[in-house]
Amino acid sequence: MGDFILLMVSAILVNNILLIRFLGNCPFLGVSRSMETATGMGLAVIFVLTLAGMITWLVHHFLLIPLGLEYLRTIAFILVIATLVQFVEMVIQKTAPPLYEALGIYLPLITTNCAVLGVAIINIEEGYNLITAIFFSFASACGFALALVLMAGMRERFALVQIPKPLEGTAIGLITAGLIALAFSGFIGLV
Amino acid sequence: MSLRDEFTKGLWQTVPPFRLVLGLCPTLAVTTTGVNGIGMGLATTFVLIFSNLFVSLLRKLIPPQVRIASFIVIIASFVVIVELVMQAYFYTLFKVLGIFIPLIVVNCIILGRAEAFASRNNPLMALADGLGIGLGFTISLFVLGCIREVLGSGTILGVFIMWPGFEPFTFMLKPPGAFVALGIVLGFMNLISHWQARR
Repeated sequence: MGDFILLMVSAILVNNILLIRFLGNCPFLGVSRSMETATGMGLAVIFVLTLAGMITWLVHHFLLIPLGLEYLRTIAFILVIATLVQFVEMVIQKTAPPLYEALGIYLPLITTNCAVLGVAIINIEEGYNLITAIFFSFASACGFALALVLMAGMRERFALVQIPKPLEGTAIGLITAGLIALAFSGFIGLV
Repeated sequence: MSLRDEFTKGLWQTVPPFRLVLGLCPTLAVTTTGVNGIGMGLATTFVLIFSNLFVSLLRKLIPPQVRIASFIVIIASFVVIVELVMQAYFYTLFKVLGIFIPLIVVNCIILGRAEAFASRNNPLMALADGLGIGLGFTISLFVLGCIREVLGSGTILGVFIMWPGFEPFTFMLKPPGAFVALGIVLGFMNLISHWQARR
């Protein structure tokens, strides 16, 4: 159990997937303009990433390895993720309309979120077993959501202050992300 | 727009990752040196050119309902080629770029160009667009890599160029430095565009 707690802390704070590993930065800057969209995206990513981490692990160990097709990993994983996202979208739409209302528009965006494919590949390259892989995927997604919500909280305040003209929009967003990353690097050495 | 316009727009007007804020993950992660920037840029350019070409050639055959999935399969095929070629011939670079090579598949620049440009234009135009955007991306990564390399370790392409006793600014090589450097370069580009517009 202790190992899992360490893995959680490490994936959320020390090796934060957005700020330290640099995966999933496009939605990070794209949807962090308001708190509402950031929470929606964060929840959608937690949901899909955990499922995708599990399914890609199964595909790799029970389909690609027995058939000797490991070199097709990239294609296989992206297809699994794209299908999964489509499938999750349909299932949620049918079974939980309120959840679909909240996550709906963010789901298609997740296919091209490199955090999902990135975590799936890390799971395989680190040689995690199934349980660890699921845990790691979940923890990474939580780290993603945490950083996204923190960023949105800060960016909402930008509406109230005067920013030098050339730095408006994305530029100041990037510098803010740098400062958040600096704060997160304080956790290095924790695990 | 002429063929030449399609090519040159990728170099300044819509240069990724600055103007089109896409493809940020590799930009931030691998630009610790100029060489890494070029390597990543060229790998992405290769995939972009061929995916643009094939998407454009097949644009009349792909049904619109499944176009995104088809584009991803086309892109992923070329990424696998790049992955295998780099593993065979550029092993050190392959190790340094690591996970970001398979992640070219989900680089939003490539899917973005396929959807917004290649699927609506003829193959020649798509080729020019892919070449322009790809070169723009490569140059951006190279410039960003050089800035971080000079400040972070005092070298350009591995050659030490700063004065003796220069204290490297290691912050620039760390993840937070990547965000700040990209933000400041983007700020300068906005400033230059602003001056140009006023003149």
